[in-house]
Amino acid sequence: MQNFKPILTFLFAVIAPLVIITLALREPETDHELLNQLREKYTHQHKLGIDHSKLAILQQDFTNPHAITAACLSCHTERGQEVLKNAHWNWEREAFIPGRGVTYLGKKNLINNFCTGIASNEGTCNRCHTGYGWQDETFDFTNEYNIDCLICHDNTNTYEKQKGAAGYPVMGADSPDFRNIVGHVGRPGRYNCGYCHFHSAGGNNVKHGDLEMALLTADRTIDVHMGVDGLDMSCVECHPAENHQMLGRYYGVSSSNTQRATCEQCHGSVPHTNSKLNEHVVKVDCRTCHIPTYAKVNPTKTYWDWSTATKRQDGKPYELVDSVGNVSYASIKGNFHWQKMAKPEYYWFNGTADHHLISDKIDLNNLPMKINTMFGDYHDKQSKIVPMKVHRGKQPYDTENLTIIQPKLWDKEANQGALWIDLDWEKALEKGMEYLDMPYSGKHGFIETEMYLPISHMVSTSDQALSCVDCHTRNESRLANLTDFYMPGRDQNSTLDTIGKWLILLSLAGVLLHGIVRVFISRKNKIAETHK
Amino acid sequence: MSNTKLVLVYKGFERFWHWTQAFLIIFLAVTGFEIHSSFSLFGFETAVNLHNKAAWALIILIIFAIFWHITSGEWKQYLPTTKNLKAQIEFYLTGIFRNTPHPTKKTVLSKLNPLQRLVYLGLKILVIPVMVMSGLAYMFYRYPQAGIIKSANMEDLEVIAIIHTFGAFVLVAFVIVHLYLITTGHTITSNLNAMITGWEELEEDENEPSVNDEPVFVTEPKI
Repeated sequence: MQNFKPILTFLFAVIAPLVIITLALREPETDHELLNQLREKYTHQHKLGIDHSKLAILQQDFTNPHAITAACLSCHTERGQEVLKNAHWNWEREAFIPGRGVTYLGKKNLINNFCTGIASNEGTCNRCHTGYGWQDETFDFTNEYNIDCLICHDNTNTYEKQKGAAGYPVMGADSPDFRNIVGHVGRPGRYNCGYCHFHSAGGNNVKHGDLEMALLTADRTIDVHMGVDGLDMSCVECHPAENHQMLGRYYGVSSSNTQRATCEQCHGSVPHTNSKLNEHVVKVDCRTCHIPTYAKVNPTKTYWDWSTATKRQDGKPYELVDSVGNVSYASIKGNFHWQKMAKPEYYWFNGTADHHLISDKIDLNNLPMKINTMFGDYHDKQSKIVPMKVHRGKQPYDTENLTIIQPKLWDKEANQGALWIDLDWEKALEKGMEYLDMPYSGKHGFIETEMYLPISHMVSTSDQALSCVDCHTRNESRLANLTDFYMPGRDQNSTLDTIGKWLILLSLAGVLLHGIVRVFISRKNKIAETHK
Repeated sequence: MSNTKLVLVYKGFERFWHWTQAFLIIFLAVTGFEIHSSFSLFGFETAVNLHNKAAWALIILIIFAIFWHITSGEWKQYLPTTKNLKAQIEFYLTGIFRNTPHPTKKTVLSKLNPLQRLVYLGLKILVIPVMVMSGLAYMFYRYPQAGIIKSANMEDLEVIAIIHTFGAFVLVAFVIVHLYLITTGHTITSNLNAMITGWEELEEDENEPSVNDEPVFVTEPKI
């Protein structure tokens, strides 16, 4: 018994504190109280306090869409003026850009890496304007009766805008059922926002990659928020509007770090129960880990080479389709690449961006030319790692004036210089620049261009989020291209590792050699002894 | 051989401290070099968690060990000396092959030869503190959060990581040499036996007070 006393003392004095402290250092139990609160909040259906189908002013068969707007504004008297200040209406916003000062930029005047720009193509592009009749520069942005209320507020999901009609719906016998639609207006749903945002750049999911038709019906594995088997949330839950000013930034057209819709606005800045993950939030945007793939259902366009457009087969324009059914070539647009289940690329981003203006000179020593430049780097305190789709391609440019050229792509009629009808580059480029009142030397080429689109939707369920080794690995790290900081597991100092390797090898060699000599000598001595 | 006597060289806590530290350092090396992507064993995430837990265990152990060293006066064992230093180096380089006796006598009051004194002192006041400090910095590293926490700001992990990794290489090299030098005792296994059981046959030295006077060493060896 005496012998056990020191052992017991030892156990209590040394082992017990170790065990207790180790237990105390354990991670706390998972607490998803915030998630439960959010679920509770978004489970409640939004209900209108009014039944529009009972309103006398809406009991009529509208034949003129402007009259519908007038009817809306007769009750919602101030809403028109609100919309007139909205970016969905103006397609431009005031922003301060370092190096440029105060700018007024947006879809109205910027170029993009898809159909280059809307100038001279308003008739078709502006189908997605929340107004009626913006077909050229004469459009009156101050007239609130030009607003299209229905494209956002139709809750029947039947309202449509006509192709090539500058934002007007089909009129006459084939028009949408206006009486039914105006009787069922309300908060915008996914159909309303998606009508334009799912189809930008000329087809479903072409531009964004994370916004597409599938989100109308997809489950939680595609998008944890919008999944119909989950909270089935609508766009405006995360992109709320106050007086028609919505939260949310798309950096193909935006420049400033304001009015953004963020994960943090609901989930807070320390959303995890694991503190190691919360520490990552300082430099890693939520989306980086929680959107491991985009274009989960339908492919998105990742490459668009305009230089091969205008080819003909038997004198006619044609299309080629690849093995999985995607259009890989179209005479009117050139060559395409598509990606499904795409991995985002990762860049530092602080919420501010610059844009290459059509009047800017191209630096031929710095290609691919960036259509938009996302600001940020590791040492910038506001920057975080953000997943992006990078859309690459080739755009026409003026080889003498060194500017991007806006081609005229569309017209109602042939022989007006529209590329998509006449398949003539020279004419299309001439007409486009003439419309913009910009010089064109008459000599064009094609240069490589890139456009950066942060990926914000198609958030995966938490079990699908990236894990440590997706980035903290020496080979094929998701963050392999972000080399301006040291990351454990990915990085090493090669000098130090060489020194360390040799230190260990020499130690091993030293003791081995020493040991062998000892064994050898002691054997020799033993043999000598036995011989004695 | 002159008169030898079986004495308790390493006390209970000392042995517990030594072996726990040995295990923790090897475990930290394994998990640490996995975090360094030198190989894959537990998986990165598990390796990080295990490494951090083992680090805390080692820190706690070190606190106990410091307390023990101070209260028992054992810290004096590490006081560096140049006496016999050259002889000790010569012993490892040549004498050991000629079966010459150890130049330093091992006694309970002076267990370490001058070379050991230097190396262990270096570990205790340089390598281990540097590893603990850089490890804590690694653990609590925070990128400046918009300048809110000014005092703890660290812009980059690289310097911390390089120091910590270099220390790890040094420790691995130390362990390799240390493991080998175990075999250079009176017999091949006498050092190892001593660190396991605590008891070792040591030469009796008339000039030093007899170990039997020490009141702690009353129990008999249980070999």
